[in-house]
Amino acid sequence: MDCVVTGGNVKVLAKAIHSLSRIGDELYLEPQEDGLTLRSVNSSRSAYACFLFAPLFFSRYVIPDGHGFRCKMAIKSVQAVFRSLATLEKTVEKCHIELDGDRNRLTFTLHCKHGLLKTHNLSFQDSESLQAVFDKDSSTNVLKAQPRVLVDTVLNFPPSLEEVTVTVSNERVWFRNHVDQEAEPSKAMLTELCLSADEFDHFEVRAQSSVTFCLKELRGLLVFAESTGLPISMYFAEPGRPVVLSVTDSVLDGNFVLATLSDELGVRQQNSKRACTPPPPTDDFMNDELESYLIAMDTSIATGPSVPEAVLAPLLPSRAGSPPAKPDPRSTIHSEREEDSMEEEVEDLGRPPNKKFRSLFFGSVYPTGSPLSSRTMTSQKVLASDSEDDT
Amino acid sequence: MKFRSKIIDIGCLNHFTRVVTTISKLTKTCVLRLTPDNLYFVLSGKVANGGVGMWCELSQAKFFDEFQLEGVSVEANEICLELAPDNLSRALKTAQNAKTVKIKLTRKHCPCLTIAAELPTMSSVSRVVTHDIPVDVIPKRLWNDFKEPSMPDFDVTIYMPPLKIMKNVVDRMKNLSNFLVIEANMNGEMNLKIETDLVSVTTHFRDLGNPPWAGDDGSQAGADSQREPETMVQARVDVRKLQQFLMGQQFNPSKAMCNIVQNTIIHLILLYEDVSLQYFIPAVA
Repeated sequence: MDCVVTGGNVKVLAKAIHSLSRIGDELYLEPQEDGLTLRSVNSSRSAYACFLFAPLFFSRYVIPDGHGFRCKMAIKSVQAVFRSLATLEKTVEKCHIELDGDRNRLTFTLHCKHGLLKTHNLSFQDSESLQAVFDKDSSTNVLKAQPRVLVDTVLNFPPSLEEVTVTVSNERVWFRNHVDQEAEPSKAMLTELCLSADEFDHFEVRAQSSVTFCLKELRGLLVFAESTGLPISMYFAEPGRPVVLSVTDSVLDGNFVLATLSDELGVRQQNSKRACTPPPPTDDFMNDELESYLIAMDTSIATGPSVPEAVLAPLLPSRAGSPPAKPDPRSTIHSEREEDSMEEEVEDLGRPPNKKFRSLFFGSVYPTGSPLSSRTMTSQKVLASDSEDDT
Repeated sequence: MKFRSKIIDIGCLNHFTRVVTTISKLTKTCVLRLTPDNLYFVLSGKVANGGVGMWCELSQAKFFDEFQLEGVSVEANEICLELAPDNLSRALKTAQNAKTVKIKLTRKHCPCLTIAAELPTMSSVSRVVTHDIPVDVIPKRLWNDFKEPSMPDFDVTIYMPPLKIMKNVVDRMKNLSNFLVIEANMNGEMNLKIETDLVSVTTHFRDLGNPPWAGDDGSQAGADSQREPETMVQARVDVRKLQQFLMGQQFNPSKAMCNIVQNTIIHLILLYEDVSLQYFIPAVA
């Protein structure tokens, strides 16, 4: 592998790596025919991000013949190469990425002004392909906006806020801070922002819905989109199915796939308000079988050819030793907890405590007798707690 | 009980935000008392607050373009709310370039002070952001706790040195000791002292001037004349509380004064046009 990035594209590459660092700890790098992919996934697999830089993005793009080379490395060490974005723009003229096959190092060489050369030799691990399969086309709702619109929107929420709820109707979008049940409702400030469809470049709402997802990754993508000036498209359908945020250009393509809170959770919370006995957990998928199933899926996808984009599953390879996802004990607590629902939305009250996002990741099952032959798989929502660290 | 108000002028909005931010630096929760003419942010000097008290008074007409209030009753035309000033400060900060900001009392999932800001956009429709700040409505029988504190019968009154300088000194002294002795006399002198087993540090300020406090009868109140002007009056206070007061300052007061009751309390007063902020720090033995 031998790639050269020049001029302003160095900064674009650097920004992409910085926004990927908001997702996970590792960077998956894979040179392909159609370009260089950089990917990352978080530990609970509730967020996945992928950038594809087309060969035209580079002034030289040579990939190894034969077997596909792919590797992963600590994202921190790659970030260190592009540490200072400000000086990068002024001083770096060219960035050369080269695979040193003999020493098993990936070499990043920054050609700076005055003939200064900065060489970083990064060690890497072989990895299987990290490929989430998601389907933007099946999204009922598509919103496209200039980064400024979303940056200004996000600014209204406190930096400590973890999750945001987005609700769409035919001509409006509401952003609300999502507050957890566990917090005391009377303590939390609720912020709501309403945007009209006019503010969006593209506004397509086929089904009114409301999804809740993590703000951290969105903030990461916004940094990238703002610096490159690329509009952000948001694809989503219903709660529990992931939201896809993407930026596209003639030479690059970025997709962020984020888990959304399951609606079942919300509905159950609402229905069982003040109920003494919580309903039995309905999700049988929150147990070992599913986990083993997922691992099977992983390998089948990683080794096979590219799978049609139909399922919604950020998949991680070689996770055989990971602990199984257990039913979230909090879901029981939730249903018992007294909770006021606000307005007509599945709006949760209270402040997010200092815990991590209780995330969903998306398993996949073959539905029996699926009417859609092209879409062989549909999504199945699975609850997994982020705190069960599965690295 | 009804309350709604509106700010249009951006200068007023910024000023109001600075006042609220200052309050938020001083206390986590406080009481907002609304009357037809004034707003008050109050922290009563209870033991739970470490004896620290605060009283901030704003004239509503100087800030608001619209101010409608219907109090608890005709006789008691006031509303008393307990809230976290940090929430209010945060909400106002997001509205810094708003066309209008409305503040009203609403009943949502609980009683809320709702801040609704109309933000400018590129499109024809403006963007509206609302923040619902949960509040506790304080029943009338408890209002007595939130009356204006009486001026202590101080032994010394003095203008304070520039607050930034004072802050720098106190910040450094805080590293040496948890307690600071503040002393002053009627000759325009103030000292900040640290005394520990290992070190004694004193910073002297001179020519600060003593404000003339006219009593009701026209005579000079407090600081009675029996005392020699050079005699120092002192109080030992928790250095963190003084630091907190100096750190939070967001507005440049036109007057800053300090009254000291020997070994009892220090009473700090900041005046800025239409805002006054009083802060009480009890002395410790």
